[in-house]
Amino acid sequence: MRRDISLPIQAISYAVLIAGAVVMILPFVWMTSTACKPSAELNKLPVRWLPDNPVCGDNLDLLYDTSPHFNRYLLNSAFVTLGRLLGQLVTCSLAAYGFARFPFPGRNIIFAMCLGLLMIPFQAILIPEYILIRDLGWIDTFYALIVPGSFSAFALFLLRQAFLQIPIEIEEAAIIDGANPLRVLWHVTLPLSTPALAAFAVITVQAAWNDFLYPLVVSNTPDTRVVTIGIALLQGERRTPFNLLMMGSLLATLPMMVIFMLLQRYFIAGISMGGVKR
Amino acid sequence: MTSTLLKFFGPTPLSRRKALWGMALVAPNVLGLFFFFGVPVLMAFITSFREWNAIKPARYVGFDNFERLATDPKFEQALTNTFKLIGLTVPIEMVLALGIAVLLNQPLRGRNWLRMAYFLPVVTSTVAASVVWTSIFQPRYGILSDLLAPVGLGETKWLVDPGLVLIPVGVVAIWQRLGFDMVLFLAGLQAIPGELYEAALIDGANRWQRFRNVTLPMLSPTTFLVVVLAIINGFQIFDQVYVMTLRTVPGGVGGSATTLTYFLYRRAFTNSEFGYASAVALVLFLLVLGVTVVQLVMQRYWVYYESDEG
Repeated sequence: MRRDISLPIQAISYAVLIAGAVVMILPFVWMTSTACKPSAELNKLPVRWLPDNPVCGDNLDLLYDTSPHFNRYLLNSAFVTLGRLLGQLVTCSLAAYGFARFPFPGRNIIFAMCLGLLMIPFQAILIPEYILIRDLGWIDTFYALIVPGSFSAFALFLLRQAFLQIPIEIEEAAIIDGANPLRVLWHVTLPLSTPALAAFAVITVQAAWNDFLYPLVVSNTPDTRVVTIGIALLQGERRTPFNLLMMGSLLATLPMMVIFMLLQRYFIAGISMGGVKR
Repeated sequence: MTSTLLKFFGPTPLSRRKALWGMALVAPNVLGLFFFFGVPVLMAFITSFREWNAIKPARYVGFDNFERLATDPKFEQALTNTFKLIGLTVPIEMVLALGIAVLLNQPLRGRNWLRMAYFLPVVTSTVAASVVWTSIFQPRYGILSDLLAPVGLGETKWLVDPGLVLIPVGVVAIWQRLGFDMVLFLAGLQAIPGELYEAALIDGANRWQRFRNVTLPMLSPTTFLVVVLAIINGFQIFDQVYVMTLRTVPGGVGGSATTLTYFLYRRAFTNSEFGYASAVALVLFLLVLGVTVVQLVMQRYWVYYESDEG
């Protein structure tokens, strides 16, 4: 469909798409605007779509008064996200390389079993997962939040697909030069797979940062609490006014929004490639 | 003996060395997946046949947990709510996502910006999104109430009224899922060969006929995948319910917002009924498995693939 389109069709398309986009963006605008509202304007009619007297900085201070560890939660989220990303990068790129290039007995069956895990909803194994973590003595530790999340069937699938697309001759040339498989992976295969690695990275980061149900179950102290739980706690306190809730949500959302705007095409590539979220 | 064992790994020394490398490379991820996800899957089956709570040690109870599920009105309600949510969200998000994808697939200036606007909610944390929508849906002082006030609906208690509470929960789900479906549709649309449209044009097909007779049939594998993923996602809705009902009655007044996953969570982690909750988990697993199997079987029959023409 590379034809030019007629003007009326173009006008209607723009009108519909822009109207839809406004609806999609409106919650972000409302979040930001409410985050900067003084408490007095929250329950006032007519509804203020934008604050009369914006007090963004004051609300930020108030948020830290209400939730003194909020920065800690943000840091914990960043630490857990980075930990899972690095963990998956190591375990999944090694495994993807092994499955893609090294025939061994039972390879197809083991790979099929890994893919089979993708069909199991995490909620269905939440309870045994909790029991396992508890029996390991990992409740309220970063081990619980990082170690299980360092293995992934989805990333394995995604990276294996990417590695298979690299012409094998390029790798063989390196092997003839005497490099061992790890060196080939590091110096040849990974650099040639940057788009897939980027897609894997953004999807992993997004999933880890926004994770809620699992941390809700395995972590319950400020020391290891992640930011999604921090916001839910604020929401649970019925006295927390909406401007502080929105400020907290804004802080938790901003990092993902920035990453997304910078790396939009990798998010989209990752979803088109996998067709599966996690 | 040693040589038969060696042959198992490969016929030549080189292939044997490759096999060893392969096993060593996959070992960390495979063992990790097995330990942290494979073992829990096996445990889940065992636990669902046990009575297990915080005080008493676990004991085997056969199908007791499932018999209790069959007669538990609260479970039935959670199941009904989940199906209602799927019935509410899946058709709406499908139609909207397809429409937007078709419009965005045209050579429009600034379409990357528009695509970004539709996709942004996908990367947002569901917890934060649910907090924001709680505020949007609050009676009288939310922006939705402001918009609905002229028609007399400004005081609607969306999150309290048992007949309405699934609507805000569903709206957040749709809002966050639309961009995801749209991206899959866009990929599907871009895979349709342009010659088909040229041929349809030569045959004198108008815009609607081209959509109906070229786009829709060619898109059916994508549509099917999107439906299946959307339904599976629907079975797992939890965060929205947890967050949006937290300030009123958790799980909705009289359990009106309780979904399957929320029911499971509360049974396990509020009531410490691990055995009973595991039975719920097994039902959830079977439902998702059922949808997946239907997908695998159905796509052989009615979904159009270009290669089928032979």
